[in-house]
Amino acid sequence: MDFLRPASWEEALAAKAAHPTAVPIAGGTDVMVEINFDHRRPEYLLDLNRIGELGDWEVGEESVRLGASVPYTAIMDHLRGELPGLALASHTVASPQIRNRGGVGGNLGTASPAGDAHPALLAAGAEVEAESVRGSRLIPIDDFYTGVKRNALAPDELIRAVHIKKAAGPQQYSKVGTRNAMVIAVCAFGLALHPDTRTVRTGIGSAAPTPVRARAAEDFLNAALEEGGFWDNGKIITPSVAKQFAELCSGACNPIDDVRGTASYRRHAVGVMARRTLTWTWESYRGTDGTAQQKGRVA
Amino acid sequence: MRVSFTVNGRPQEADDVWEGESLLYVLRERMGLPGSKNACEQGECGSCTVRLDGVPVCSCLVAAGQVEGRDVVTVEGLADFAEQRAEHGGCASAAPGSCGTSLDAARRWEARPADSQTGGDTALAPIQQAFIDAGAVQCGFCTPGLLVAADEMLERNPTPTDADIREALSGNLCRCTGYEKIMDAVRLAAARQGEAARR
Repeated sequence: MDFLRPASWEEALAAKAAHPTAVPIAGGTDVMVEINFDHRRPEYLLDLNRIGELGDWEVGEESVRLGASVPYTAIMDHLRGELPGLALASHTVASPQIRNRGGVGGNLGTASPAGDAHPALLAAGAEVEAESVRGSRLIPIDDFYTGVKRNALAPDELIRAVHIKKAAGPQQYSKVGTRNAMVIAVCAFGLALHPDTRTVRTGIGSAAPTPVRARAAEDFLNAALEEGGFWDNGKIITPSVAKQFAELCSGACNPIDDVRGTASYRRHAVGVMARRTLTWTWESYRGTDGTAQQKGRVA
Repeated sequence: MRVSFTVNGRPQEADDVWEGESLLYVLRERMGLPGSKNACEQGECGSCTVRLDGVPVCSCLVAAGQVEGRDVVTVEGLADFAEQRAEHGGCASAAPGSCGTSLDAARRWEARPADSQTGGDTALAPIQQAFIDAGAVQCGFCTPGLLVAADEMLERNPTPTDADIREALSGNLCRCTGYEKIMDAVRLAAARQGEAARR
């Protein structure tokens, strides 16, 4: 094994081009587990800790450019206003020690269906900034996850940043697990209201081979909200609409039975989370419930 | 490979470090600092918690090579670290070099005589004394990680609520105590810290 320690982003790209099998390591919270347990013996480890700009973020007009290594702790502390869904998701990641090291770049690189950031990114709308010596490109989040622990990165590419749309409305995140800390999601659900485009977006975690959106549920809800004039009249969501939305979200799942839960439990729980997060965000949008932002929080 | 970094205020070097080796392994097996415990090796238990440039992390998940040139505080250095902090009226945890032992102080550092008795002549960090006084130690395996995590929380948040304490320690597993006496210990340390500040 070789340990590559590039001092700059350019050096890191050159190293990845020279050694496409090199495994990038930033927070190490996934990679080191695999090495400690001898599940993986990469030929090269590519340490990204010396590249300071990966830990920076920029808040723009439309979106936040979040450096790949910005730790979850910083997202919770500094970006709760711009990225409320991702901040809630960050708070559910493992423990303080892990949140101090891990970041969204690693979550995307690993591309586990159980990664906590994915539902929030899918719901908010995001693009992954991938770069290689050949150049830089933005990969829409909807095209990023290609299979179980597979993503759209080319072998010579590294994740520089994620561009996440700033929240124009309430967002929520919900995760099922056996306790409030140190759990891999049994399943998770992210929901974002986008009043600017009068759309709702969703993200489902741990209930399909990849993180997915519940497209049919979104289409149904968008049409129902439009038809009923809900965005303007701010009426309470009709229970039958919420129920149908929840069922369609369940239907978007393609889960498996495993040690954490059964497929049917996951389908059921995703429906429950879909209905709840819709209610929380909609009540917050209507301005009737100031505590809506708090409900999804981990105490 | 060779890895050089600062541990508890003193520059240290380790040779022939395997590239996939963790910081925890280097501390325990190469530097003779077995205070950080090795239990799960996957970041679940927090027994190996150390401060890396002031930030609590699981040392089992930090590759040794990533620590080159950086600053590590382990439970062995916690008493000195807390003493320095008290002298300087608290410290900004994130800035490397601003915390822990200064180079000058490190050069003057001498090991203090200590025996295996708790207390005795050995200076302890307030959080360590509070763990003893509250009876928060049973088998003791989780204790070093809890001490480092709790000490860092009290540095950031001198008046924690029970929810704050639970959250700050949520990455540290204890299988003996049921956590109640650990909660007592942290509350006790916070109260003593508050009293000391008022004096």
